[in-house]
Parts: sequence; C-alpha cells; structure tokens
Amino acid sequence: MRRLARISCVFALGAFAVLIGCSEPQFSDGEKTTIASLALNTLPALKPDTTNRFADVPAAAALGSTLFFDQGMSRDGTVSCSTCHKIDRQFQDDLPQAVGIGRTNRRTMPLAGVARDPWFFWDGRRDSLWAQALTPLENPLEQAGNRAAFAHYIKKRFGERYERIFGPLPDLSSVPANASPLGTDAEKAAWNAMPDSQAEDVNRVFANIGKAIAAFERSIEPPQTRFDRLAIDLASGAKPQADDAFSPEEILGLKLFIGKANCVTCHNGPRFTDNSFHNTGVPPVADLPPDRGRVDAITQVEADPFNCFGAFRDGDDSACRELRFMVKSGPELVRAYKTPSLRGAATRPPYMHAGQFSSLDEVVAHYSKAPASVEGTSEVHPLQLSERERAALVAFLKTLAE
Amino acid sequence: MASLWRYLLAGLGLAALLVGILAIVYLTAPQTAPGADTSRSKTTANGLFVASFQPERGVIRQGELQSWLLTLKTVKGAPVEGAAITVSGGMPLHNHGLPTSPQATDYLGEGRYRIDGLKFTMSGWWQLRFAISAAAGSDSVVFNVVL
Repeated sequence: MRRLARISCVFALGAFAVLIGCSEPQFSDGEKTTIASLALNTLPALKPDTTNRFADVPAAAALGSTLFFDQGMSRDGTVSCSTCHKIDRQFQDDLPQAVGIGRTNRRTMPLAGVARDPWFFWDGRRDSLWAQALTPLENPLEQAGNRAAFAHYIKKRFGERYERIFGPLPDLSSVPANASPLGTDAEKAAWNAMPDSQAEDVNRVFANIGKAIAAFERSIEPPQTRFDRLAIDLASGAKPQADDAFSPEEILGLKLFIGKANCVTCHNGPRFTDNSFHNTGVPPVADLPPDRGRVDAITQVEADPFNCFGAFRDGDDSACRELRFMVKSGPELVRAYKTPSLRGAATRPPYMHAGQFSSLDEVVAHYSKAPASVEGTSEVHPLQLSERERAALVAFLKTLAE
Repeated sequence: MASLWRYLLAGLGLAALLVGILAIVYLTAPQTAPGADTSRSKTTANGLFVASFQPERGVIRQGELQSWLLTLKTVKGAPVEGAAITVSGGMPLHNHGLPTSPQATDYLGEGRYRIDGLKFTMSGWWQLRFAISAAAGSDSVVFNVVL
C-alpha cells in the first residue's frame, strides 16, 4: 500500500517536472503553425506587376536606380528619393517626420518588400509602386519638382537610356519649362494652357519615371533574421546554432506576440503585416496639420490619374481589384493607418506614422495601455502587460532585426 | 487506515494534476467563435432560399483577394436567377468590418453568383452577411468563416 502511494507521488512529481520542462523552450502545435506562417521562407516569389510592363526589365531597374539617387530629380537639385530612403538605413531616415525641401507630416517608410504592398504611404493614397514614386517628386515639401521640368530633365540627362527602354521621347520643344496640374499657380496656368495631347505626352514620360523607379525598388527585399532561423529549426526539429538560440525572455516575447498580446492579429504573415489600415489610438503630433489617415486617402487615390483605372496602366484592369473592391467609407477609416512590417523595426526608431514614439518600449506600452483615439475608435483593447512581459516583447522584436 | 488516507491523498494529487493539464490545454487552445455555425450551406433567415457559399478555388488563402461562389436555390431546389445581392460583414470579436468591399460581380448560371473582392486579413472568426433580393422576395443569410 505504502509503496503504491510512494509510486503515485513519484509519478505525480515526474509529470509535474515534464510540464515545467515543456512550458519553457517548447511550443504548442498551434504556436508552431503560427511561427511557421511568419517565417521569411514562406514569403512567395514576387508576383509580376502587369500594370508596369517594365517592372522586371533590367534596364528600367538600372535607370530607376540612377533616378532614385539623383538629386537632380528635385526643384533645387538637393533632394532625391534616397535623401529620405537612405540605402544604409533600411531605406528610411531615422527622423520622426521626413525632411525634403521642407518638413513633411509623416514618417519615412522603409522599403524592404515594398513591391508586395497593395497600398502605398501610411494612408494608402496610392495603389501602385510606380504611382507612389511619382508623388514625392511633385510634393512641395519633398522633391518639389513639376512633371514638365522632369520630362525636360530626363530628355537632357538620360534621353538615350530612356528611349532604349520606353521608346521615342515626345517632342518637348513647345512644352513649358515648368508646368504641372499640382504645382504653383504659375505652373498650373502653364499646364492648363497646354494642348491635351501635349499634357498626355508629359504625363506618359512622368509615368515612365515612376515605372523605372518601381522596377528598381522591386529588388529591395527583407533579409533573413534570427527569428527566421529559429522558425526553420523549429519546423525541421534541428537544434539551433549557439547564437541563434532564443533566450527565455525572447521565447516569452514570441509567445506573447502570437498569443496573449494579440500582436499577430495585424502583424501577420512573413512580412508581419496584414497590409490593411487600423485605428490603434496613436496620438496626433501637436504642431502638425490635422491628419485623419485612411479616410482622407480614399478621394486622393480615386482622383489620381496614375491609379490602376487610369490611362497609364499597362495590361488589363483585372490587376485593379484592390482599387475596385476598396472600402470607400465608414467610421473605421478615421485615423486608420497601414500596419507596418516589423522586420528590422527594432533598429529604426522612431515609430508610428509621425514618429510619435521614440522607442519600442513606448510602442509596447501604448498597445498595453490602449488609450482611446482622439477621433474615431481604436481597435486595440487594453492588455495590462507586466513590465517583464513588455520587456520580453521588445526582446522578441529585436530578433527581427538581427 | 493511514495507508488509505495516503491513497486518497495521492489520488487527489493526480486528479489535481489532471485538472491542471486540462486547464492549460483548454486555455491555450486557439479561440474560435462561441459556437459559430460554420456550415457552408443554409436556409436564409426567412426561409425563402437555400444559400451555399464556397471559395471558388476551393481553399481560403489569408491576405489574398479572392472570389467565392454564392449558390442560391429555392426551397424546392430551383436555381434563383436575377438576384440582387449586397455583401457586408466583419469580425465580431474585433469590432470591425470587412477590409474590402466584396461585390456580386458575375452570374454564372444555375443560381451561382461570383462574390469577388473578399479578403481575410487575419485569422479568427469572420461573418459574411448577404442581403438577397429576387422574384420570390428579399431575405438575408449570414455565413461564419473561421480561419
């Protein structure tokens, strides 16, 4: 009798030990499935962009690369795409708000994997990578140029290269030096005075500039991280290399990320983004103009002559389903911003659409507390994470940047 | 007598352990809709139609625009033609609507309608509500999709 009782006790202790042992480095089957879904090796091959028939033409990408780094592509010759999208800084600039010719009201977005986005900018006010690339060129706070000047500049500096890719340049001899429907009053007047065919010629050259830059940007993809190596080891059952093994804190952070903290709800898939827009109660910046996010982007993307329904799209309109089935109204669009990828985020503060938070600690604290939005309704619910749990989430996020 | 108590104690210990393990398994299991009916075929709210809803390519891929087929039949099994269909829905537990505006884009015959522009951006419980208007009258149906 006594022996049996003792055996029972030993068994109970043994089972308890197994349970303790399991709870640390091991993951449940559900967790393993989620971890595998986040790994970079599940990122599919980049799909062709049928709206840009030059997207995968090497000469177009090469010209796009030249234009991306060329400060001549601005009003006063001081700003290029790479001024804010810095090649050695994950193609962003570490500033709370981007600074071109002037200071903008939004954080520069990094470019890794950008060609996979259905929507561009924090509010999705453009629907293709090539249409996106055109926007800063004419924004008075960014490159501050105008499309007529860009067309003249391309002809003068890159005429031969351009024509080898896109075919003959139009006759620009009677096109004003400066003209654009979005420019200064004088530029607008000059644009309106141009015959329609001439405006279309200039728009065509302008669109091709965007298509070349987009072709270059398609090559910018996220690199493998420590997290991805853990995910591969977990899937194959291999023992992680010494440097790759996760610390107990990083494992706790990962478990929280895909579990209790609900981060993976929006930061899902191998790019850690659902490519959608959410109000998460991020506070506005005091001295910036009012910013209502996605709700104000709808009319902009619909009005953009370079959108998927416009005359400058290549291929047929079957590529335009994102625009066609876009949500156009509703309270959820108010102060909704795009879910950013979290790959590499740990090494590129500050965070959020206007650089509101200077560290990941602040970001995690925000989501744990989940304050109400100044306008619209935040989708985030308070989590009450402990200090240890918040630190663990930050530790995990760092594995996505190593 | 003493050994009987030990038996009882050991038995209780094991039972407590079992309860603990079950609790952990239960608490860590992925949360699904509370009793959501995920059937793909059902009678509409007022009993006018029988609706079935299937992904056109057979599988649901999270995060990708996709089309589904909504097949409408009368209760007697005749295909419902010329129906006007509007789509709404969302994620009840997240208190938000659909990330896209799906539409009935094509009639494929035999009561089959293509519902294009669906996108499930996250895992969890989704609801899709169809308002259907046809010769027999107007009715609605809700399908639950759990990813």
